[in-house]
Amino acid sequence: MIDTPTALPAAMTALPPWAALLTALLVLAGAAFTLIGCIGLTRFQSFYQRVHAPTLGTSLGTILTLIASMLYFSLAGGRLVIHEILIAVFVTVTTPVTLVLLVRASRYRDLAEGPQATGIIGMPDDLTKPADTAESDETKPSA
Amino acid sequence: MTANILYWSLIAAQAAIGIAMALAALRMLRGPRAQDRVLGLDALYVTAMLLMVTFGIRTGSTAYFEAALVIALLGFVATVALAKFLMRGEVIE
Repeated sequence: MIDTPTALPAAMTALPPWAALLTALLVLAGAAFTLIGCIGLTRFQSFYQRVHAPTLGTSLGTILTLIASMLYFSLAGGRLVIHEILIAVFVTVTTPVTLVLLVRASRYRDLAEGPQATGIIGMPDDLTKPADTAESDETKPSA
Repeated sequence: MTANILYWSLIAAQAAIGIAMALAALRMLRGPRAQDRVLGLDALYVTAMLLMVTFGIRTGSTAYFEAALVIALLGFVATVALAKFLMRGEVIE
Protein backbone atom coordinates (compact mmCIF):
# COMPACT_ATOMS: atom_id res chain seq x y z
CA MET A 1 0.00 0.00 0.00
CA ILE A 2 3.03 2.29 -0.25
CA ASP A 3 2.14 4.74 -2.98
CA THR A 4 4.71 6.52 -5.10
CA PRO A 5 5.46 10.00 -3.73
CA THR A 6 4.32 12.59 -6.22
CA ALA A 7 7.43 14.74 -6.10
CA LEU A 8 10.63 12.73 -5.78
CA PRO A 9 13.66 14.95 -6.37
CA ALA A 10 15.27 14.18 -9.74
CA ALA A 11 18.58 13.45 -8.00
CA MET A 12 16.96 10.73 -5.89
CA THR A 13 15.69 8.74 -8.89
CA ALA A 14 19.01 9.13 -10.74
CA LEU A 15 20.95 7.57 -7.87
CA PRO A 16 22.35 4.04 -8.42
CA PRO A 17 20.44 1.44 -6.38
CA TRP A 18 23.31 0.49 -4.07
CA ALA A 19 23.90 4.15 -3.21
CA ALA A 20 20.23 4.75 -2.44
CA LEU A 21 20.09 1.69 -0.19
CA LEU A 22 23.33 2.62 1.58
CA THR A 23 22.13 6.19 2.15
CA ALA A 24 18.81 4.92 3.49
CA LEU A 25 20.59 2.53 5.84
CA LEU A 26 22.98 5.19 7.16
CA VAL A 27 20.22 7.74 7.71
CA LEU A 28 18.05 5.21 9.53
CA ALA A 29 20.96 4.08 11.72
CA GLY A 30 21.86 7.68 12.59
CA ALA A 31 18.27 8.54 13.48
CA ALA A 32 17.96 5.36 15.56
CA PHE A 33 21.08 6.22 17.55
CA THR A 34 19.78 9.74 18.16
CA LEU A 35 16.43 8.38 19.30
CA ILE A 36 18.06 5.88 21.68
CA GLY A 37 20.18 8.68 23.13
CA CYS A 38 17.15 10.86 23.77
CA ILE A 39 15.21 7.95 25.30
CA GLY A 40 18.14 7.56 27.70
CA LEU A 41 17.97 11.27 28.41
CA THR A 42 14.41 10.91 29.67
CA ARG A 43 14.77 7.58 31.46
CA PHE A 44 17.99 7.75 33.49
CA GLN A 45 17.71 8.54 37.18
CA SER A 46 20.18 11.31 37.89
CA PHE A 47 21.90 14.11 36.05
CA TYR A 48 25.29 12.37 36.08
CA GLN A 49 23.79 9.35 34.31
CA ARG A 50 21.71 11.46 31.95
CA VAL A 51 24.66 13.43 30.70
CA HIS A 52 26.01 10.32 28.94
CA ALA A 53 22.92 9.47 26.94
CA PRO A 54 22.60 12.24 24.31
CA THR A 55 26.27 11.86 23.34
CA LEU A 56 25.11 8.78 21.42
CA GLY A 57 23.33 11.22 19.13
CA THR A 58 26.17 13.71 18.99
CA SER A 59 28.78 11.09 18.07
CA LEU A 60 27.36 8.16 16.08
CA GLY A 61 24.04 9.76 15.14
CA THR A 62 25.65 12.87 13.71
CA ILE A 63 28.50 11.07 11.96
CA LEU A 64 26.29 8.44 10.28
CA THR A 65 23.78 11.05 9.11
CA LEU A 66 26.53 13.29 7.76
CA ILE A 67 28.22 10.37 5.94
CA ALA A 68 24.84 9.60 4.35
CA SER A 69 24.51 13.24 3.28
CA MET A 70 28.03 13.31 1.82
CA LEU A 71 27.42 10.04 -0.06
CA TYR A 72 24.07 11.22 -1.40
CA PHE A 73 25.20 14.63 -2.63
CA SER A 74 28.49 13.31 -4.02
CA LEU A 75 26.81 10.59 -6.10
CA ALA A 76 23.77 12.66 -7.07
CA GLY A 77 25.81 15.68 -8.11
CA GLY A 78 28.60 13.73 -9.78
CA ARG A 79 31.27 15.61 -7.84
CA LEU A 80 32.80 15.28 -4.40
CA VAL A 81 30.71 17.12 -1.78
CA ILE A 82 32.35 16.98 1.62
CA HIS A 83 31.37 20.25 3.29
CA GLU A 84 29.41 18.19 5.85
CA ILE A 85 32.81 17.47 7.39
CA LEU A 86 32.62 21.02 8.79
CA ILE A 87 29.61 20.08 10.93
CA ALA A 88 31.16 16.75 11.94
CA VAL A 89 34.41 18.36 13.10
CA PHE A 90 32.58 21.18 14.85
CA VAL A 91 30.21 18.90 16.76
CA THR A 92 33.00 16.48 17.67
CA VAL A 93 35.15 19.28 19.05
CA THR A 94 32.46 21.25 20.89
CA THR A 95 30.42 18.48 22.54
CA PRO A 96 33.10 17.43 25.09
CA VAL A 97 33.84 21.08 25.86
CA THR A 98 30.21 21.95 26.59
CA LEU A 99 29.58 18.80 28.60
CA VAL A 100 32.73 19.25 30.71
CA LEU A 101 31.64 22.82 31.47
CA LEU A 102 28.09 21.71 32.26
CA VAL A 103 29.11 18.83 34.55
CA ARG A 104 31.62 21.07 36.30
CA ALA A 105 28.90 23.64 36.93
CA SER A 106 26.55 20.91 38.14
CA ARG A 107 29.18 19.46 40.48
CA TYR A 108 29.86 22.91 41.87
CA ARG A 109 26.15 23.43 42.52
CA ASP A 110 25.76 20.01 44.17
CA LEU A 111 28.74 20.65 46.44
CA ALA A 112 27.37 24.06 47.36
CA GLU A 113 24.06 22.48 48.34
CA GLY A 114 25.76 20.37 51.00
CA PRO A 115 24.65 17.14 52.70
CA GLN A 116 21.32 16.64 50.96
CA ALA A 117 23.10 16.42 47.61
CA THR A 118 25.01 13.30 48.63
CA GLY A 119 21.95 11.08 48.17
CA ILE A 120 21.83 11.65 44.41
CA ILE A 121 22.11 8.42 42.39
CA GLY A 122 25.06 8.22 40.06
CA MET A 123 27.01 11.02 41.61
CA PRO A 124 30.80 10.57 41.41
CA ASP A 125 32.39 9.11 44.54
CA ASP A 126 34.24 12.24 45.53
CA LEU A 127 30.93 14.08 45.81
CA THR A 128 29.84 11.79 48.62
CA LYS A 129 32.77 12.88 50.75
CA PRO A 130 32.41 16.00 52.87
CA ALA A 131 32.83 19.16 50.88
CA ASP A 132 36.21 20.12 52.37
CA THR A 133 37.96 16.85 51.36
CA ALA A 134 36.44 17.04 47.90
CA GLU A 135 37.79 20.57 47.62
CA SER A 136 41.37 19.28 47.70
CA ASP A 137 40.66 16.80 44.91
CA GLU A 138 42.78 17.28 41.83
CA THR A 139 39.67 17.35 39.63
CA LYS A 140 38.54 20.51 41.38
CA PRO A 141 37.90 23.25 38.79
CA SER A 142 40.66 25.81 38.84
CA ALA A 143 39.25 29.00 40.22
CA MET B 1 12.11 1.40 -6.54
CA THR B 2 15.23 2.10 -4.51
CA ALA B 3 14.38 5.79 -4.73
CA ASN B 4 11.11 4.95 -3.00
CA ILE B 5 12.96 3.01 -0.31
CA LEU B 6 15.28 5.98 0.23
CA TYR B 7 12.32 8.37 0.36
CA TRP B 8 10.43 6.35 2.95
CA SER B 9 13.47 5.68 5.09
CA LEU B 10 14.11 9.41 5.13
CA ILE B 11 10.53 9.92 6.32
CA ALA B 12 11.05 7.26 9.01
CA ALA B 13 14.35 8.84 10.07
CA GLN B 14 12.67 12.23 10.34
CA ALA B 15 9.92 10.73 12.46
CA ALA B 16 12.52 9.13 14.76
CA ILE B 17 14.42 12.41 15.05
CA GLY B 18 11.13 14.20 15.72
CA ILE B 19 10.37 11.81 18.60
CA ALA B 20 13.91 12.36 19.89
CA MET B 21 13.30 16.13 19.81
CA ALA B 22 10.06 15.66 21.74
CA LEU B 23 11.86 13.59 24.40
CA ALA B 24 14.63 16.20 24.71
CA ALA B 25 11.98 18.92 25.03
CA LEU B 26 10.27 16.82 27.70
CA ARG B 27 13.51 16.68 29.68
CA MET B 28 13.93 20.42 29.20
CA LEU B 29 10.44 21.17 30.52
CA ARG B 30 10.42 18.58 33.31
CA GLY B 31 14.09 18.33 34.37
CA PRO B 32 14.21 18.61 38.13
CA ARG B 33 17.20 20.93 38.19
CA ALA B 34 18.60 23.69 36.00
CA GLN B 35 21.44 21.56 34.61
CA ASP B 36 18.93 18.97 33.38
CA ARG B 37 17.14 21.68 31.45
CA VAL B 38 20.40 22.86 29.90
CA LEU B 39 21.24 19.27 28.92
CA GLY B 40 17.80 18.89 27.32
CA LEU B 41 18.32 22.13 25.39
CA ASP B 42 21.70 20.90 24.14
CA ALA B 43 20.18 17.59 22.96
CA LEU B 44 17.36 19.56 21.32
CA TYR B 45 19.88 21.63 19.36
CA VAL B 46 21.73 18.54 18.13
CA THR B 47 18.55 16.77 17.05
CA ALA B 48 17.32 19.91 15.26
CA MET B 49 20.65 20.03 13.41
CA LEU B 50 20.23 16.38 12.33
CA LEU B 51 16.65 17.09 11.24
CA MET B 52 17.96 19.87 8.98
CA VAL B 53 20.51 17.48 7.43
CA THR B 54 17.82 14.88 6.68
CA PHE B 55 15.59 17.62 5.22
CA GLY B 56 18.51 18.49 2.94
CA ILE B 57 18.83 14.90 1.73
CA ARG B 58 15.09 14.55 1.20
CA THR B 59 14.67 17.71 -0.84
CA GLY B 60 18.02 17.32 -2.62
CA SER B 61 18.92 20.91 -1.79
CA THR B 62 22.20 21.98 -0.17
CA ALA B 63 20.56 25.10 1.31
CA TYR B 64 19.72 23.17 4.48
CA PHE B 65 23.41 22.57 5.16
CA GLU B 66 23.94 26.20 6.17
CA ALA B 67 20.94 26.05 8.48
CA ALA B 68 22.37 22.93 10.14
CA LEU B 69 25.75 24.61 10.59
CA VAL B 70 24.17 27.71 12.14
CA ILE B 71 22.08 25.57 14.52
CA ALA B 72 25.21 23.66 15.60
CA LEU B 73 27.05 26.95 16.25
CA LEU B 74 24.14 28.44 18.21
CA GLY B 75 23.81 25.25 20.25
CA PHE B 76 27.44 25.40 21.30
CA VAL B 77 27.29 29.07 22.26
CA ALA B 78 23.99 28.68 24.13
CA THR B 79 25.10 25.67 26.15
CA VAL B 80 28.46 27.18 27.07
CA ALA B 81 26.80 30.43 28.13
CA LEU B 82 24.22 28.59 30.23
CA ALA B 83 26.84 26.36 31.87
CA LYS B 84 28.87 29.47 32.67
CA PHE B 85 25.76 31.07 34.12
CA LEU B 86 25.08 28.03 36.33
CA MET B 87 28.69 28.09 37.51
CA ARG B 88 29.14 31.79 38.20
CA GLY B 89 25.73 33.38 38.23
CA GLU B 90 26.64 35.60 35.30
CA VAL B 91 27.73 35.07 31.72
CA ILE B 92 30.17 37.89 31.07
CA GLU B 93 32.43 38.84 33.96
